[in-house]
Amino acid sequence: MHNQKGMPLFHITKRKALPWYGAWLIRGAAILMALVVCAVVTTALTGENPIEIYKTIWKGAFGTQRKIWILGQNIAILLCVSLAVTPAFKMHFWNVGGEGQILIGGLATAACMILLGDKLPNWLLILTMVAASCLAGAIWGAIPAFFKAKWNTNETLFTLMMNYVATQLVAFFVILWEVPKGAGKIGIINQSTEAGWLPVIGGYKYLLNILVVAVITILMHFYLSRSKHGYEIAVVGESERTARYIGIKVEKVIIRTMILSGAICGIAGLLLVGGTDHTITTTISGGRGFTAVMVSWLAKFNPLIMVFTSFLLVFLSRGASEISTSFGLNHSFGDILTGIILFFIIGSEFFISYKLSIRKSGKKEA
Amino acid sequence: MKKIFALLLATVMVLALCACGSKAPAETTAAPAGETTAAPAGETTAASNETTAASDETTAAPAPSVKVGFIFLHDENSTYDLNFMNAAKEACAALGLSDDQYIFRTNIPEGQECYDAACELVDAGCNIVFADSFGHEDYMIQAAKEFPEVQFCHATGTKAHTEGLSNYHNAFASIYEGRYLAGVAAGLKLNEMIENGEFTAEEAKMGYIGAYTYAEVVSGYTAFYLGAKSVCPTVTMEVTFTGSWYDETAEKEGANKLIGNGCKLISQHADSMGAPTACETAGVPNVSYNGSTIAACPNTFIVSSRINWAPYYEFIVNSVVNGTEIPSDWTGSIATGSVLLTEVNETAAAAGTADKIADVKAALEDGSVHVFDVTTFTVGGESLTSYMADVDTDPAYTPDTEVIYDGYFHESEKRSAPYFDLQIDGITLLDTAF
Repeated sequence: MHNQKGMPLFHITKRKALPWYGAWLIRGAAILMALVVCAVVTTALTGENPIEIYKTIWKGAFGTQRKIWILGQNIAILLCVSLAVTPAFKMHFWNVGGEGQILIGGLATAACMILLGDKLPNWLLILTMVAASCLAGAIWGAIPAFFKAKWNTNETLFTLMMNYVATQLVAFFVILWEVPKGAGKIGIINQSTEAGWLPVIGGYKYLLNILVVAVITILMHFYLSRSKHGYEIAVVGESERTARYIGIKVEKVIIRTMILSGAICGIAGLLLVGGTDHTITTTISGGRGFTAVMVSWLAKFNPLIMVFTSFLLVFLSRGASEISTSFGLNHSFGDILTGIILFFIIGSEFFISYKLSIRKSGKKEA
Repeated sequence: MKKIFALLLATVMVLALCACGSKAPAETTAAPAGETTAAPAGETTAASNETTAASDETTAAPAPSVKVGFIFLHDENSTYDLNFMNAAKEACAALGLSDDQYIFRTNIPEGQECYDAACELVDAGCNIVFADSFGHEDYMIQAAKEFPEVQFCHATGTKAHTEGLSNYHNAFASIYEGRYLAGVAAGLKLNEMIENGEFTAEEAKMGYIGAYTYAEVVSGYTAFYLGAKSVCPTVTMEVTFTGSWYDETAEKEGANKLIGNGCKLISQHADSMGAPTACETAGVPNVSYNGSTIAACPNTFIVSSRINWAPYYEFIVNSVVNGTEIPSDWTGSIATGSVLLTEVNETAAAAGTADKIADVKAALEDGSVHVFDVTTFTVGGESLTSYMADVDTDPAYTPDTEVIYDGYFHESEKRSAPYFDLQIDGITLLDTAF
C-alpha cells in the first residue's frame, strides 16, 4: 500500500478473476442488501410489513398452478425477444428495434389470420403465418443493417425509428380491420373458427410457446458458441478491423445477423398473436423489445444465463402486480421495488469486476 | 487486500442483518434462493387467510357467498377507470361486502392478460368477474366459456346478446340521455351569449372532441347536439377525433383547433383533462364528461354527465345472491340512477339552467321527450322513417336490426351498448381518420 498524503479516501482497482464462489457471494450479498433497502422503503412509504410484501411477490409468481404457467409464458416471450437481440449485441450492433420487429411479425401473422383464415386449410395457414412473421421481422431487421453496412448509419437511432414506423403501421391496420366499426380494436381474430390459432398441446395453453422458446434457446446457444457464424459475430464485435484482416465479410455478417435477429423477433410476434392473444394491438409487445436489452446484458449475452435473468425480471413484475392487488397499492410501488432490486444486481457486477480499497488513515497518523 | 474486502463485506452483511432485526429471517426466506422455506410458509398464511375470510363471510349478513373480482384497464389515475373504481367501492360498501369479498385488478391490458386475470380471479374464489374496458370483451367471453358456473359481466361490450352464453353479460347506461341534458345546458349558454350580443344566432357553433368514430361517440355527440338544438335551434357543431381514449395533447390541440374555427362552446368524449383545460385557458365554456372538472376550470365548466356504475354492481351481486338471472344486456337509465349530471356551475352556466335540466329530465323519464325523435333531425336533408343498425357485431358491419319506429330511434334497447351511427345534418365531421 502506498500511503501518501492527499490520497482519496478510497480507490478503485480492477480485480483479477474472482473464484466462482466469490462472485456468487457478492451477488448474494447484493440481493440481500436490496431486500433490506426494499424493506426500509416499504415500511417508510406504506407502513406495510415488508415480510408480507415479499411473501406476496412470491405468491404472485408461484401462488397457483395457473400463475406458474403465466410465469412460464411471460418468461418464454421475454426470453425469445432477448435471444433475438443477443447476436446483434454480441456484434456490437445496438438493436433497440425489437419492439418494432415483434410488432411487424405480429402484424404479418394477424394479416394471414384475417385475410386467409377461411381460404386455407389450417396447417397451411399456420405454415404461412410462420413464414410471414419471420420474413416480416427479418425485413424489419435487415433495413437498418443494410444502411449500417453500406453507409455506416447509426443503428440505434435507425432501429428506434423503425419501432415508430411499425407502431403506426399496426395502428393503421387496426383501424382497417376494426370490429365493430369505429371501435379502434380488432378483438380476438377467428374466435369461432380458431383458424390460424397455434395448436394447444395437451390442454396447456402456454406449453407450445414455452417449448418453442426452449428449442430456440438451445439452438442459439450452439449458434453463438459453436458455429462459424457465431465466431464471426464475436470477431466483428471485438474488432471490425481484425475481422476484415482475417477475411470476414463484415457487411455480410451484419446483414445476416440482423436478419436472424429480426426473424426471431418475428417469431415472438407470431407466438403472441397466433399463440396466446389472437389479436394485434400497438401495445402487444408490452415493452419487451426494451426489457430484452436488459435481460441480454445482465446475462452477458449468454443464452443459458438469459433463462435466469428473464425469470428474474418476469418474477419481479408478476410479484409487483400481485402487490398492487393484495395491498391496494399502486402498481408503481411494485416497480419501485423492482428498480431497487435491479439497481443492486447491476451494481454487484461492478464489485465483481472491480474492488474498492479504503485508505488506512489510522496507521499514518500514529 | 482480499481479506480486508471480505471483512468489509462481512461487516456490511452483519450490519444489514442487525439493522433489520427480526425482519432478516423472513427476507432470506423471501429471496428466490430460499425456495424450500418460503413455499410452505406462503401456503400456511394463505390457508389461514382463507379461514379468516371464511369466518368473515359467515358474519357478513347480506351477501354471504359472494366474491367479486374487478378488472380495470388502468388504475385510479385514469378518470374512466376511477369512475368504475369509486362505484365498485360504493356498491361493495352499500352491500356490506367485507374486504375479502372483492378483489381489484388494475392495469390489465386488452389482451391475453385479461383472460389470465379473469381466470386468476376465479381461482381466488370469485363468482362474479367484471371488466371495464371494451377491448376486454373477447377475453372475458373466452373465460366465460371455461367457467360456466361463474358470472362474467362486462361494461360497454356488444356481443353478449349474440354469444348465447348464460353466464356472460353486457352492461351500459343510456348516457345519451345525460348528454342530451348536458346539451340543453350548452344550448342555454349559447342563447345567453347571443342575447348578450357576443355573436349572432347564425354564428352559434359548438365544437366536440371525440376519441373514435365509434357508435358510442357518435351517439353521444349527436345527443349532445340535439339537446342544444332543442333550446337553440340555429346551433351547428364541428367534431374532431383524436384516435385515442386518452391523449391529453391531442385533445388539447383538438379543442384549440375548434376554438380557432369559431366554436363558441366545447364538449368532449375522451378521458383526459386536455379539452377542459384548453377551454379554461381560452375562456370558452366547456361541458365535460366522466365527472366535474370545476376544480381545474372554475370559470368555464358548465356541467358534466357521467355513468354511475354502482346500481349495476349492486344489481349483479344481488342477482347472484338471490340466484336470479342476469340479463345478457342491462341498460342503466336516469331512473336506475345510472345516468348522472353533476351540479351546474352557476358561474359559467346560463341563468335557470338547473331548472330547465330538471324539466327536461322529467320529460325524458315519463317518455314525453325522446332524444332521437326523428322529427328533430334530418339525414341528408330528409327525415328518417326506417334505419337498419349494426346491432349484432360482425366484421362486415352488416346492418341487421330495424331501430326506428314509434317516431324515434330506439337507442340502447336492442343491446346495451350504443349503436346510433347516423351522420345528421348540422354536424360537420372535420376528420374521420379514426
